[in-house]
Amino acid sequence: MKSLNVDIAVIGAGSAGLGAAIEAKKQGMDVLILERNDELGGITLQCIHNGFGLKIFKEDLTGPEYIQRFIDEAKELKIPYKLDTMVIEITEDKEIYAVNKKEGLLRIKAKAIILSMGCREKTRGSINIPGFRPAGMYTAGQAQRFVNIEGYIPGKTFVILGSGDIGMIMARRLTWLGCEVKAVVEIKSYVSGLIRNQVQCLEDYNIPLILNHTITKIHGKDRVEGITISSVDQNWDQIVGSDEYIECDSILLSVGLVPENELTTKAGAELSANGGPVVDNNLETTIDGVFACGNVLQVHDLVDNVSEEAKRAGKNAAIYIKERSDKGQIKKDLIKIVPGINVGYVKPDYVNFSNLENLLHFHLRVKEPDRDVIIVIKEVNKIVYQRVRSFVIPSEMIEVRTKFKPEVISPNCRELKIEILPVSLLEVIDEVE
Amino acid sequence: MDYDVIIIGGGITGCCIARTLSRYDLKICLLEKEADIASGTTKANSGIIHAGYAADRKYLKRKFCIHGNKLFDLAHKELNFPFKRTGTLVVALEERQIKDLVYKRNYGTEDGVPGLEIIIDKNRIKRMEPQLTDKVIAVLHAPSGGIVSPYELTFALAENAHMNGVEFFREHEVIGINKIVAGFEIETKPKKFTSRIVINASGLFAAEVSRMAGADTFEIYPRRGEYILFDKDIIHLNKVLFPMPTRLSKGILASPTIHGHVFIGPNADNILDIEDISTTTRGLKEIISGGVMLVPNLPLNTAIRNFAGLRAVSNTMDFIIEATEMVGFVNVAGILSPGLTSTFAIAEEVVRILIEDLGEELKEKEKYNPYRPKPEHLSDFTKMKLNQKIKENQAWGRIICRCETIPEAEIVDAIHRPVGATTVDGVKFRCRAGMGRCQGGFCMPRVMEILSRELDIPYKEVTKRGKGSHYLVNKVLCIKLTEDSKESEEVAEK
Amino acid sequence: MSEDKKIIRCIVCPTGCEITAENVDGEVKFTGFGCKRGEEYAKEEFSAPQRIITATMRVENGFLPIIPVRTEKPIPKESVFDIIRKISSIKVKAPIKVGEILIKNIHDLGINVIASRDMPLKT
Repeated sequence: MKSLNVDIAVIGAGSAGLGAAIEAKKQGMDVLILERNDELGGITLQCIHNGFGLKIFKEDLTGPEYIQRFIDEAKELKIPYKLDTMVIEITEDKEIYAVNKKEGLLRIKAKAIILSMGCREKTRGSINIPGFRPAGMYTAGQAQRFVNIEGYIPGKTFVILGSGDIGMIMARRLTWLGCEVKAVVEIKSYVSGLIRNQVQCLEDYNIPLILNHTITKIHGKDRVEGITISSVDQNWDQIVGSDEYIECDSILLSVGLVPENELTTKAGAELSANGGPVVDNNLETTIDGVFACGNVLQVHDLVDNVSEEAKRAGKNAAIYIKERSDKGQIKKDLIKIVPGINVGYVKPDYVNFSNLENLLHFHLRVKEPDRDVIIVIKEVNKIVYQRVRSFVIPSEMIEVRTKFKPEVISPNCRELKIEILPVSLLEVIDEVE
Repeated sequence: MDYDVIIIGGGITGCCIARTLSRYDLKICLLEKEADIASGTTKANSGIIHAGYAADRKYLKRKFCIHGNKLFDLAHKELNFPFKRTGTLVVALEERQIKDLVYKRNYGTEDGVPGLEIIIDKNRIKRMEPQLTDKVIAVLHAPSGGIVSPYELTFALAENAHMNGVEFFREHEVIGINKIVAGFEIETKPKKFTSRIVINASGLFAAEVSRMAGADTFEIYPRRGEYILFDKDIIHLNKVLFPMPTRLSKGILASPTIHGHVFIGPNADNILDIEDISTTTRGLKEIISGGVMLVPNLPLNTAIRNFAGLRAVSNTMDFIIEATEMVGFVNVAGILSPGLTSTFAIAEEVVRILIEDLGEELKEKEKYNPYRPKPEHLSDFTKMKLNQKIKENQAWGRIICRCETIPEAEIVDAIHRPVGATTVDGVKFRCRAGMGRCQGGFCMPRVMEILSRELDIPYKEVTKRGKGSHYLVNKVLCIKLTEDSKESEEVAEK
Repeated sequence: MSEDKKIIRCIVCPTGCEITAENVDGEVKFTGFGCKRGEEYAKEEFSAPQRIITATMRVENGFLPIIPVRTEKPIPKESVFDIIRKISSIKVKAPIKVGEILIKNIHDLGINVIASRDMPLKT
């Protein structure tokens, strides 16, 4: 069995993996990227629409254009990578087992590992849609792969379940290809994705957006023939008698993404409720020297944010090697970050006490949309951070960047709660200068 | 005559009969209507090997089950399909149900079911199955019960039958049967066959096929059962868990699968449409409440699939295994639960019918080989072995199905085996590519590519399960402008 | 278009103000916007709506059978399907570099269609 030693092994060469690898290399580390696909770039390669890079490059790029910049930089920096290589195991001792055709089974011993495996799509089975199981049902990403990489149209008349950005983008793409998109069906009472996409993908083409509905039966034995949709109440329960049949030969499911952490759990790292690994503010998981970034940690909406997160992970992995990797497991002094009112989840799960004065990056998603709110971080009843925001919605990840002056957090603080409150409560909250 | 024996139906019953008869000096073929064997009732079978105490003593199926159960050990050694005697528990949640458990234990033991015991010690029950509800009062434990993969068993039977000379014709739907001198002429959509003996094992269509041959002696009614399959490694069950049975079925179970998943189901709905394998909102709710009754911690948000199948129930509620007035035409119909467990016993009975009722002199083949080697699985390899295998055959080094860790080599094997896969589902059911939590989201295009390459068919023509189940429609062109087949001519000047 | 009133949803920020464009005595008046950027967007969207087109073109001899492409700049909304038809009817030869002009001055609009990624030769 071929054995290799590297400073940093990066798993996945998508926007997260490439971003982390580039930064780690710039920090003088010896890096190896392991990628299962036959080229670098990850899922961004199939996102041929524009809207990428507005933050980082101040340009409006398509997905492939965006990621090409990182691919080019990785190649310029001569970062070694292996394609068609699948990691099948990571051990707690940071040994990676991967396979490819040419080299067989590889054992890679790394001083640090960066997990950037991305995420996968929720399926029909995971949301229990009843009915037949014909050909013609795809997840949005699967259809996107056929259409944008393989070059095939997977149907003629479509219904899309889920009004997230990917669902709406595919509605437009399919319409541009000459298919008929009969409707986008959304279980919530509001559109899941950006208004920009609602206007430019659905309204531009008169594609009906049917809110408060879901698919309650799939028809067709060998190939999809149609769907039944029903309206739902606020608890997402079907309203009896509200069934409507829509004839179609294809269904696209855009019903959610799940971080892909099989390797992470098998390695023994803890996962948090959002499906990503538990991390501290350095993006280090519960295994020393194993870091995570990108969709494997938390599902992002903007690839620009993935690249920023990845850069931090690459940098921190390098620091870990320079300062800690030969010291064995250290005990960290951690403060737990707890999601409070209207916060679905927050990353990181912990902040190192000693890092409180560094710039901390929090990412969170709200449970319910709201207007005129304050984002508040509290230590028990004492507010240590607050910031007003005019609009929050679950589909838009919220970033909070802050530092804490030493006297602000008490020395025996074990927990900080982050919550989203109505601005009208401002008067009654204890303010802290 | 083209053949000595033609078997109609490629489910587990037909394939087991084929394999059993392949031991003898007979020219045999099997006709299957769908694109693959194990496409009908077998595919949605719960995969439980029953101990045999459940059916009423008046039914044939009881003795076939008890006897068939015992035949699984030898079959497992010979055919190498996934199988495990986990033991089964019938769960009583009320005192008054214990009486029924006692009857089952007593009669079962009398009839040869081994090891039956009633357990009322809650601690022992919980040690046996920690996930079982705390409301349990008593259980009937049957250590001879177990779990199997019903379609992998069917493939193993078919492959072994093929190795021993049986021909398989898939996508050959029987549309007519005519009695001719010394036998039958069978009309299928593609062509005609002749045979001295015909064995009707066509499941849901058995009554229809029997009528084609002129034997109108029974009726088959479809009874639908729905299931939900959960992701593996979330919850683990040691035993197959049964509730107290209902009039229509053994009830809604919670069971481990041989590959480490957990499922709940089936319910039991008498329906009219013999092709309605759809799941329903009401049905899924029903099996969830049944499942949760047995396993309160069922991880409902980790479901990965729901599906349904149809039991072929005869008007006698029992197996119909008999020679008919049309000499040479044998019915093997109404094989509902415990049909899977009974399969080897049923095949033995068919042999007896051939010998005693049809006067056949069955001579054993010299070169009969009952052994079908176990397909190789990467998940069984040590690291050293995997490395070695990749050096011998690079296709072991390209992982196609990420969720189940299935390499290209296993997919190629699934295609090129005897009676191999020709569709995406065929690959899926043989080597599990696409059965994991992403349900083919990642691997499906790659599986299609491999099918296209290995079978030399255009990518666009690869289907899910045969004619009519195509995935792809056109190559990416603006189809408003151009026709399907027109390639773009103009090459851009750059 | 002879509509007196048109509703435009602003896409500049997540608030999504509903802006009304109304024909008042021959002049178009905009109401309902929440900020200057919204007002500017509404004016443009009303008089000359534009869109960026992203599509794919067939590739000869490439690593992949199709290459993602885009219009370098937004094109008039009413020409969307004409542009797509044109893009779809042309094949390009590999190798291609990101940013390379694949169709010059499409539809005489003075706008090029460029490659969104590198496309090396088939291996």
